[in-house]
Amino acid sequence: MIDTLRLTGEEAMGLVERREISGAELHRAYLDAIDERDGELHAYLRTVDESEGDGVPIAIKDVITTKGVETTAGSRILEGYVPLFDATVTTRCKDAGLPILGKTNTDEFAMGSSTENSAFGPTRNPWDPRRVPGGSGGGSAAAVAAGLAPWALGSDTGGSVKQPAALTGTVGLRPTYGTVSRYGVVAFASSLDQVGPVTKTVRDCALLYRILAGRDPCDSTTVDLPEPVQIPEAEDLRGLRVGVPREMNEAEGIEPGVADAVARAIELCAELGAEVGECELPRSVEYGLPCYYLVAPAEASSNLARYDGVRYGFRAGGATLRELQERTRDAGFGDEPKRRIMLGTYALSAGYYEAFYGQAQKVRTVIAREHAAAFERFDVLVSPTSPTVAFELGARTANPLAMYLSDLLTIPSCMAGLPGLSIPCGLSEGLPVGLQLIGAQFAENTLFRAGHALERALGFDYVPPRLALAA
Amino acid sequence: MAISRDDVLHVAKLARLALTEDEVARLGEQLGAILEAVGKVSELELDDVPPTSHPLDLVNVWGEDEPRPSLPADDALANAPERDGDFFRVPPAAAVETP
Repeated sequence: MIDTLRLTGEEAMGLVERREISGAELHRAYLDAIDERDGELHAYLRTVDESEGDGVPIAIKDVITTKGVETTAGSRILEGYVPLFDATVTTRCKDAGLPILGKTNTDEFAMGSSTENSAFGPTRNPWDPRRVPGGSGGGSAAAVAAGLAPWALGSDTGGSVKQPAALTGTVGLRPTYGTVSRYGVVAFASSLDQVGPVTKTVRDCALLYRILAGRDPCDSTTVDLPEPVQIPEAEDLRGLRVGVPREMNEAEGIEPGVADAVARAIELCAELGAEVGECELPRSVEYGLPCYYLVAPAEASSNLARYDGVRYGFRAGGATLRELQERTRDAGFGDEPKRRIMLGTYALSAGYYEAFYGQAQKVRTVIAREHAAAFERFDVLVSPTSPTVAFELGARTANPLAMYLSDLLTIPSCMAGLPGLSIPCGLSEGLPVGLQLIGAQFAENTLFRAGHALERALGFDYVPPRLALAA
Repeated sequence: MAISRDDVLHVAKLARLALTEDEVARLGEQLGAILEAVGKVSELELDDVPPTSHPLDLVNVWGEDEPRPSLPADDALANAPERDGDFFRVPPAAAVETP
């Protein structure tokens, strides 16, 4: 009997290598867990019932293209769309012997922070099903947290891997921009989108990142890694310089329980031998969110122009081509994509371009420079991943701006193209708190090392108590 | 900052969205609030700061110009809402006047 709630990807690989279990049996064990628990959680939009390989299966966020398996990006406008090719990250997983377990739920086109914007219904948090699992990658995070997948792929534009990881007690990496191919990933904001792993442990995260990363001729924004991925082993932080950006740890809206758990993790850094010091990112935090909500919708308004009912996906009727396109887009897109398309189109339109989009691109430079200055003194910057623990379903849906604030602390480093790792660092009100570790460009190995040592010292139990009791 | 009904309709036209009356009213209000919040970027004096369009300093990524087979037409048309031979079928791009 396999305990999917506890089994890590690395442990599962060991079982398969030692032939204690076959890949097909492992696949079946997760499908059984999905049958048992996903009726309540809705982490998956669809499962793949036959294992196509003999390795450890993986769940894939539904914005990532999978040949022959419907890919909707959580949108009605892509309902029924069956891709003719695999995304490069899908190919890399398959080549590494990781068969697809299923496609996980997401906010429509990865636009959201709670998975409530999925056209196919929300995902619920395995720690408390009255609460959201975060978003947009709430499906992947909930699947890993609830033992419905040993590991998963997510995608992160402004926090869609890191924030759901924080809210579900899982580990999530947003890699350095350009290290993981975007070929075959449904585009949201191309200068920000990155695919990243969602796992139970930091070592699993490094193992998956090693599979995913590297230059891809199909994505000209990708580069080769400057050094190979190291699977972390060190249990101390000697020699590591840890910076605590004041604004990111004292921002308005950080819940006291979140601040406490993060403060304890920072103390632990010092106990593990790290040199801890304060630093400042004044304009990154204050202007990061406004900057993001200009740049990302502007790019989205352009990327989503392709959904016009002509070549694939949903089509509404119309007497002329224009009418068909306008009706298809109004009926096919949900509220959030429409809001962002409108916002982005406005910000790019004649008369407003310089004041909004042009200015936001300059702010992006300011944010990158502030981070670069901080990394002259420190190797890693730490803060809460999310200002709050998981919130209740419906709590922020009526107010888009309140929902946008969920990503206040994940967004600045995304604007600068920097890697970020979220690891669980404790509980507040019985719900997981995420610690965000930000590194310089290509410093994933440093993040893995710091995350692993902290994970060992923290001893966080990633199994949601209510599921452990039921098992 | 309030977004007028005319502005909403103009942007919707640019974005090819046939919004319902209800959506026009709701989006006008929401976009006004969001634009007021994101308009905060204009507080900064950034005349001397160059814009960033991309986080990496990549310039001219070249690839070999090697011919490869393209997608067979049947595959390319497999997801077509409506097909006519080897073409995607759509209604006329402009209203056709019959004599």
